Amino acid sequence: MQATSHQFKDNVKRAMGDAELQASLSKIKNGFVHKRAAAAAALPEFETLRDEARDIKNHVLGHLDIYLERFTAEVEARGGHVHWAPTAADARRIIIDLARDSGARTITKSKSMVTEEIALNDALEQVGIEPIETDLGEYIIQLAKEPPSHIIAPAIHKTKEQVAELFLRHHGRYGKTQRLTEPTDMVREAREVLRQKYLDADMGITGANFLVAETGSIILVTNEGNADLTLALPKRHVVVAGIEKLVPTLEDASTMLRVLARSATGQEFSSYTTLVTGPKRDGDLDGPDDFHIVLLDNGRSGMIGTEFQDMLRCIRCGACMNHCPVYNAVGGHAYGWVYPGPMGAVLTPALIGVDEAGHLPNASTFCGRCEQVCPVRIPLPRMMRAWRTREFERGLNPTGQRWGLGLWAWFARRPRAYRLLSRTGAAVLGRLGRGNGRFRRLPLAGGWTGVRDLPAPEGRSFVAAWKADGRPTAMPVSPTQGTTGSTKP
Amino acid sequence: MSADVEDKAGLPPRALQPVTVGLFATCLVDMFRPSVGFATARLLEAAGCRVVVPDAQTCCGQPAYNSGDRKDARALARDMIRLFEPFDYVVVPSGSCGGMISHHYPDLLRDDPDWGPRARRLAARCYELMAFLVDVRGMDAVTARLDATVTYHDSCSGLRELGVKAQPRRLLDSVEGLTLKELTGAEDCCGFGGTFCVKYPDISGRMVSNKVADIRATGADMLLAGDMGCLLNMAGRLKREGSTVQIRHVAEVLAGMTDTAPIGDTADTARRR
Repeated sequence: MQATSHQFKDNVKRAMGDAELQASLSKIKNGFVHKRAAAAAALPEFETLRDEARDIKNHVLGHLDIYLERFTAEVEARGGHVHWAPTAADARRIIIDLARDSGARTITKSKSMVTEEIALNDALEQVGIEPIETDLGEYIIQLAKEPPSHIIAPAIHKTKEQVAELFLRHHGRYGKTQRLTEPTDMVREAREVLRQKYLDADMGITGANFLVAETGSIILVTNEGNADLTLALPKRHVVVAGIEKLVPTLEDASTMLRVLARSATGQEFSSYTTLVTGPKRDGDLDGPDDFHIVLLDNGRSGMIGTEFQDMLRCIRCGACMNHCPVYNAVGGHAYGWVYPGPMGAVLTPALIGVDEAGHLPNASTFCGRCEQVCPVRIPLPRMMRAWRTREFERGLNPTGQRWGLGLWAWFARRPRAYRLLSRTGAAVLGRLGRGNGRFRRLPLAGGWTGVRDLPAPEGRSFVAAWKADGRPTAMPVSPTQGTTGSTKP
Repeated sequence: MSADVEDKAGLPPRALQPVTVGLFATCLVDMFRPSVGFATARLLEAAGCRVVVPDAQTCCGQPAYNSGDRKDARALARDMIRLFEPFDYVVVPSGSCGGMISHHYPDLLRDDPDWGPRARRLAARCYELMAFLVDVRGMDAVTARLDATVTYHDSCSGLRELGVKAQPRRLLDSVEGLTLKELTGAEDCCGFGGTFCVKYPDISGRMVSNKVADIRATGADMLLAGDMGCLLNMAGRLKREGSTVQIRHVAEVLAGMTDTAPIGDTADTARRR
C-alpha cells in the first residue's frame, strides 16, 4: 500500500475530527485493555511465561539461519515447497506465479498482515485475480477499500452502522437487500456470502502466527474458523510469513500461544488454533493437494544485529496499540501504513525508511505502557528513541527544532549563563503572569497554549532563592579537579 | 524494601544515620515552582538529611536525549555526574528526571570506560523523592494538615521506571484532614511527554483533555502529582477549562507548605473558587 506516514500530522487532524472513529476508539479501553488485565491476573505464571516467550524468540533470532534451514528441510520432507522472497516484489511475483500455475481466478485469504505489507491484493487484482478476505474485519475493510487500522481488529475504526451500510451496498448482488441493525445478523450474512467463495476458490492464502522448525508446521489462530476453510478447501494452500515467525519446537509454540491470546484478546486460547503440516497425505480426508510457503524477508534480516533486532520478537498481538494513548487518540490509519501503534512506530521506519516514517517514533510520550504489556518484552520506547537518534544523526529533524535544541544545550552546559537566563525568565514571566497566575497566550508558545494555559512561574529561580536564603550550596566542581564537594553554610 | 534499596546503593545500612543529599531540583522546578524545591528540602531534613543544592545544576539532559541528540545528552550527563558525585545520595522531586539519571545515564555512557562506572555509581544513589523518603529513609508519616479531598496522578516515568506508586499514598495517608479519592486511569499518561506536547499539540491536547475529564469526575478539590511537567500540563488544561481544581506538587502538601498559590492560580484566583 502507498504509505502516508510522512503526512502523519494531517492524518492526525483528520482522525481527530472523525466522530465515528473517535466513538469506535473509545471502546478499546473497556474491551481489549480490561480483558487482557483480567487474563494476566488470572494466570500466576503469566510474567514467567512472558520471560520464556522473550527468550525463545531471542534464541531463534540468534540462530535464524539454522532454524530456517531446518524448517525448510522439514517442509520439503513432507512434500511441501518453500520459496524465499527477499523483497515484497519477489513475494508478489512468486504468489502470482503460483496462482497462474493453478489457473486461479478467485483466491480466498485469511489472517495475513504480511500480505498487506506486500500489497498483495492490488497486485492480484491487476492480473485479473479476485482476492477475497475472509476474516470478518478484513472483509469489511476490503469492501470499504481501506487499509486495516489495527493488526488484530482491522476494522475497529468502523461503527456497526457503517458496516450495515457497506453490506447493503455490496450484498445486493447476492440477493441480500435488507439493512441490518444487529451485529449477529451482519455476521450471519457475511458468513453466507463467504461460504460460496470458499467453495469457488482455486487457491487459499494464509499467513502464519508461528512456523515450527522441528516439524515444518505452521500454526494459525483465529476466532472465526475461516482460516481452516481457506486452507483446506482449495487445491493449493500458499502460506506467506515473515522469517521471524519461527520457533524451534511445538513445545515452544505452546508457550507462545499461551501469551499470545491473553495479550491480544484476553482469551486463554483463541477459538481456533490450527496446525498445518504439509499437503494432504494419502488417506487424509481433506486438506490441500499442494502446499507452499513463501518466507518473506523484506528488510527483516537487515534488523538483525542492530538496535532494532528485538523488534523481530513481535508476535503481532496488538497489546501495545490497545494500551497506547496516542493510538487511542488517533487510531491506526493516522500512522499511514500497515502497522500502527508503538510496534508500527518501530517497525515501519525499518521496513519503509525513517525518511518516510520519521514522525511515528517521535509521536510518543515514552509513557512506557506498551513495553509494560508486551508479551515478549520488546523495549519499544528505547527503540523509538533509537530511531530519533538516527534521524538526528542524519539531520532529518526540522531546522528550527535542531536550532532550538542546540541553543538550549549551549545554556544548559554553562551554569552561570543558564542561571542568569532562568532567573530572568522566572522574574519576567512571574511578573507578567501575576494577575491570573497563568497565560492564555504567549509568543512562540502556540504549541502549548493552543490547547492549555501556561501556568506562570512563581517569580524566583529555586537555586537562586535557596542561595539567597543562605542555605548550603555546592560550587561548580572544576572538571580537571575531579569531585570534591565543597559546601558553604 | 529498604534492605533491597541498600543493596542497590551498595552501601552499608545507614537508614537512620544522617546523610548528605544533593538536591537536584530539575529545570522546571527551578524556573516555575521554587516552592517544590523548598518543600523537598524540608521533607529531606525531616528525614534526617543534610540538604545541599549544587548551584551549577541546570538540566538532566532529557530533552536532548529524547530528541536523539546523544552528544549533548552525554555532555550534560557528565556535568551532572561530576556535580552530584560528592553526595551520599541525589534526590529529585521528579520521576522523569530521576529516571533519566538512574536508568538512562548508565545506558548513555555504557561504552565509556571512565564515565560508565561513574554513571552507574551515581545511578545507584539517585532516587525520586517519594521513593527516597519511604524506601530509603523509612519515613511512614509526615506532620502536615490539609483539609481537602485530593486526587493523585501517577506520572509515567516515576511509576514505570522507578516503581513509585505506594510511597506517596502512604505519606498522604498520614496528612491530617486529607482524603484521597483515587483517579480513574491514574496510570494513563497526561500527554506531556517533554517536547511531545508542543511537537504534537493535537494529540497531547486530546490526552490531557481525557485526563482532565477523569480528574474532574472525581469531584476532588485538589490534584497532586510528583512531576512538574505533568503538573504544568494538567494545570494548564484544567485552568483553560475554567476548573476550580487546585494543583500542587505532592511535596508541597506533605511538607505542609500550602500557603503559596496553587500552580496556575494566584492567591486571589485560588480564593475566588
